[in-house]
Amino acid sequence: MLYREAGQFKTTYAEDMAIFPIRQDRMALAILLGIAFIGVPLLADFDIWPFGSDYLLRAILLPFLILALAAIGVNILVGYCGQISLGSGAFMAIGAYSAYKLGTGVHIPLDWLGFAISIPPLPVLLSILLGGLAAAVVGILFGIPSLRIKGLYLAVATLAAQFFFDWVFLRVPWFTNYAPSGSVSAPTLDFFGLNVGTPIERYMLCLIFVTVFAFLAKNLVRGNLGRQWMAIRDMDIAAELIGIRPLYAKLTAFAVSSFIIGVAGALWAFVYLGSWEPLAFSIERSLQLLFMVIIGGLGSIMGSFIGAAFILILPIMLNLLPTQLGVPLSTETITHLEFIIFGSLICYLLIKEPHGFARLISIGKEKLRLWPFPY
Amino acid sequence: MRMPDTSEILLQVEGVSLAFGGVKALRDVSLDIRKGEIRAIIGPNGAGKTSMLNVINGFYHPNRGAITFKGRTRAQMQPFEASRGGIARTFQNVALFKGMSALDNIMAGRTLKMRRGLLWQMLRYGPALTEEIEHRHRVEEIIDFLEIEPIRKVPVARLPYGLQKRVELGRALAMEPDLLLLDEPMAGMNLEEKKDMSRFILDVNDYYGTTIALIEHDMAVVMDLSHRVVVLDHGVKIADGTPDEVKKDQGVIDAYLGIAH
Repeated sequence: MLYREAGQFKTTYAEDMAIFPIRQDRMALAILLGIAFIGVPLLADFDIWPFGSDYLLRAILLPFLILALAAIGVNILVGYCGQISLGSGAFMAIGAYSAYKLGTGVHIPLDWLGFAISIPPLPVLLSILLGGLAAAVVGILFGIPSLRIKGLYLAVATLAAQFFFDWVFLRVPWFTNYAPSGSVSAPTLDFFGLNVGTPIERYMLCLIFVTVFAFLAKNLVRGNLGRQWMAIRDMDIAAELIGIRPLYAKLTAFAVSSFIIGVAGALWAFVYLGSWEPLAFSIERSLQLLFMVIIGGLGSIMGSFIGAAFILILPIMLNLLPTQLGVPLSTETITHLEFIIFGSLICYLLIKEPHGFARLISIGKEKLRLWPFPY
Repeated sequence: MRMPDTSEILLQVEGVSLAFGGVKALRDVSLDIRKGEIRAIIGPNGAGKTSMLNVINGFYHPNRGAITFKGRTRAQMQPFEASRGGIARTFQNVALFKGMSALDNIMAGRTLKMRRGLLWQMLRYGPALTEEIEHRHRVEEIIDFLEIEPIRKVPVARLPYGLQKRVELGRALAMEPDLLLLDEPMAGMNLEEKKDMSRFILDVNDYYGTTIALIEHDMAVVMDLSHRVVVLDHGVKIADGTPDEVKKDQGVIDAYLGIAH
């Protein structure tokens, strides 16, 4: 009875085209944003449970936010435009290392020309955004084959990107500023004189990034460009015949998606890890992001958040639960159990609802609107 | 029925041949489509009707021959050039964007008319929003016209076949084409649905003045709707004229009924 749109009349197309045309949805979002932006900092400030230690912020909320952002990027490419990519980890790495280079100063010695290109260290915000831009440029380059190859073959091409950049950041010492161990540390997170250091500050920073990008991404996918992407995904021949250029649609999807993933990569490195090695952006990261998108819901911005939460939080829950229940289990048993339960849950979910959690929720909403009548 | 008032030729196909390896789909076919008319292309299965449409909208590139559209002659072009030039089409087996709502499908047909770039769309503010609303108005007119108001927000995969065909027609109309190609718009429909679709086709022709070329197997529909009919058989044009002329043509009767040997 709570979830009804009865009596909510729309008199303009603008109202009908709002992000959340139903009042209850708008209220739910407002409450959620209120909790995220005001509730969490307040609770953390007063050390109220579960914020007594930094664990929740540092180990759960921070990676959740950043990976949700990356999942939005992956969802634009895979879910909206239908181009399967296994190279998301590489694009995160490009974002991270480009931001690192720009944040610590770029020096390109061109000895044979007799001079060198030097860029002084840029502000952190600018280097993060430029890191995303670098990822977008590389994304466009690796998107070009998508005009000729489709489906699994494209997945293999993006896999090549993954392995290539793994190698580049491991073997080309220029990218790591010639650090002997290959591990690099982020510059101080200085935003317009404000130093972001404590977990809650880092959380707020990521929250702002995620909120802004989620909003912009949602606008894109429900606009003309989003329709072009989905048209290419659903029926590329028909799309071409109504005047959509596959080149433009696919490459913009690659660019936007890689930009968001690149920014997420820079945040992952700078804000979450602090110091990192190329291993942080391996093929496992790509697969993790792909699973998030598939389980959360292909072609849904909200699904990206749900998927990220599921993939990230479930293993932690599975880890904590036996201890909380007082069942003594050895660490190996827990690790194995985690794999078993996690794997079977994913299989079950994909069989029951191949379109992920987002579809489950929208079906639930449709039912609720009519409840208690079946139709 | 309204007869087209001009004899101005919108599209001229001259001596087009198309072969896939050894299979000759079209052999030296010439035909013209006059502005404002409903032109039917008929023929037995495998006669080359769909190939003809594919040649016209640039999906197939003919081996020989030329096509003149709106005074411009060319041997071949790309599909998006055809759409830019004002040729829209529907498909024999519905080619809608299955994951999108009926409204979004028709809105996608407005792609060519929308100008705002990525950054404006991202903000969805000011000119981008104005543009989106303006095109929504046009799309709603089409939705009104096709009487599909109740299903505008339904994902098209969930719609029955007849309605899918109607949405597809809507998507083609959203392009405001000069030439509309309909590939078997009534295939698989019951009598009721056929009547509706015929009414829409006549209305489109009458109300928007759109020139229509259609392929159809239901002879009653073809003879009632079209101003002129061209008959293909085995890739060769065997007759061309008004429905009455074509009906009496011995070659056409032979092609459809077979010849006693």
